Amino acid sequence: MTEQRHAGAMRRLWQWLDYRVGLSELLPLARKKRVPIHRHTFWYYMGGMLVFLFMLQVATGVLLLFYYRPSSEGAFESIQFLMAEVEFGWLIRSIHAWGANLMVFTAFVHMFSVYLLKAYRAPRELTWMTGAGLLFLAMGLGFTGYLLPWNELAFFATRVGTEIPAVIPGVGPFIREFLRGGDDVTGATLTRFYALHISVLPGLMILLVGLHVLLVQRHGMSVPPSVEAEGGGKTSISFFPNFVLRDLVGWLSALAILAAMAAFFPAELGEKADPFASAPIGIKPEWYFMFMFQSLKYFPARVLGVEGELVGVLAFGFMAAVLVLMPFLDRGGKDGRPDPFWNILAWGTLLYIIVLTYVGYTADSTL
Amino acid sequence: MRSKRLMSRKRFVDWILGTTAGGFLMSVLYPVTRYLVPPDVAESAVSSVVLPFAVSEFPRNSGRIFRFGTQPGIMIRTSSGELRAFSARCTHLDCTVQYRDDLHHIWCACHNGHFDLSGRNIAGPPPEPLPAFNVNVRGDQIVVSRL
Repeated sequence: MTEQRHAGAMRRLWQWLDYRVGLSELLPLARKKRVPIHRHTFWYYMGGMLVFLFMLQVATGVLLLFYYRPSSEGAFESIQFLMAEVEFGWLIRSIHAWGANLMVFTAFVHMFSVYLLKAYRAPRELTWMTGAGLLFLAMGLGFTGYLLPWNELAFFATRVGTEIPAVIPGVGPFIREFLRGGDDVTGATLTRFYALHISVLPGLMILLVGLHVLLVQRHGMSVPPSVEAEGGGKTSISFFPNFVLRDLVGWLSALAILAAMAAFFPAELGEKADPFASAPIGIKPEWYFMFMFQSLKYFPARVLGVEGELVGVLAFGFMAAVLVLMPFLDRGGKDGRPDPFWNILAWGTLLYIIVLTYVGYTADSTL
Repeated sequence: MRSKRLMSRKRFVDWILGTTAGGFLMSVLYPVTRYLVPPDVAESAVSSVVLPFAVSEFPRNSGRIFRFGTQPGIMIRTSSGELRAFSARCTHLDCTVQYRDDLHHIWCACHNGHFDLSGRNIAGPPPEPLPAFNVNVRGDQIVVSRL
């Protein structure tokens, strides 16, 4: 009896909304999309996971804004207060910090899986390029957010990070000044990074995510050529509600993992930044910048008469350009089969990143 | 009387899922709500302050705002030379009041509230008088304390 009344109320609410918003027109759209089932279906979950992690970052980020003070005098103290006095302040900040790491990690997994499954082939070039832009934005968010607690580690990481583009001839010094808001990393840098971190970069991200998802919706899921060659990928499930249910299970698991990480390994704060103190031993950037940071250590002071640092920066700039332009560089091999060169390049790059990251964390930094 | 009908499988699953989802929602909403409630900051235990200006440099028929702990107070020197101190927070909507030497009394700029030299609300919207402080003069120093 009560169940029937309940269902009746829900139906009336649906009808009320449908009449005003046109919800029933959206249903066929959601039902039209299908997700192919094959041995690589697992990788299709990464994009949805990233949407969830980004929403989680926005939610926890907004909560952090309630207590954060963006100034060189108040930032460190406001986070000390947040961690020690505000109830569950440690939890919100730790989920934000761990969530950021998980988001960048998932973005890398998403990128490599899409790359290796050749999902960037026509007509999905723009989907790939917006995705590459999103990866750069995520790294930019990581870099700018790292400074906000205004602690020693962040201070020197930002000094190094903003010094690196200065080796580019011509515009380099201007980029450094622009990023720092002056000659050095000061409170002016903090307010700049704050503006970028909480408004500019997330705003761009929302725009690009919208475009990216719209394109995915338009083209549907890509079936990898290897699966197509085997004649697979013919069976599929409905995106809504079948795939969404699986997505939700993944999201809940991710949240549970993040909550556990936050509880067992809360985000640290360290020492307050002191511009007149020596850089601490073992200074290092976030792990996703580690391979670049470690590579720069190996460049000699001069390579063929050019500054070594510049060679390194140009090499990474070249890598970024290759990444963005991937769909146009890979023209496919003979007789429609994929060109193995690009797969070898991807595995090689992955190996390089893993090895350099490992070395970055284990090599004795005092030698 | 016991009902003989068994619970349907759907109803059973609905209950389990509903309570689990409710529990999950609570476990998210509880920390967020507690987080948003501002933590207690110890209230200032100030009971008296020495003002940063001396009697001799305080002209008659004038008023000055001073700090009483974290709160603003107003010190007035009447035309006859008497010193009086009140809380400077208007009892209407918490603006900070000022002394009007043309009117010879306290006035609030926000909504045109008037208080006389005893702190009584005499015109405009303020519902209550301004709380008064004790004023003591030690030599040239002015000491203000709670009543």
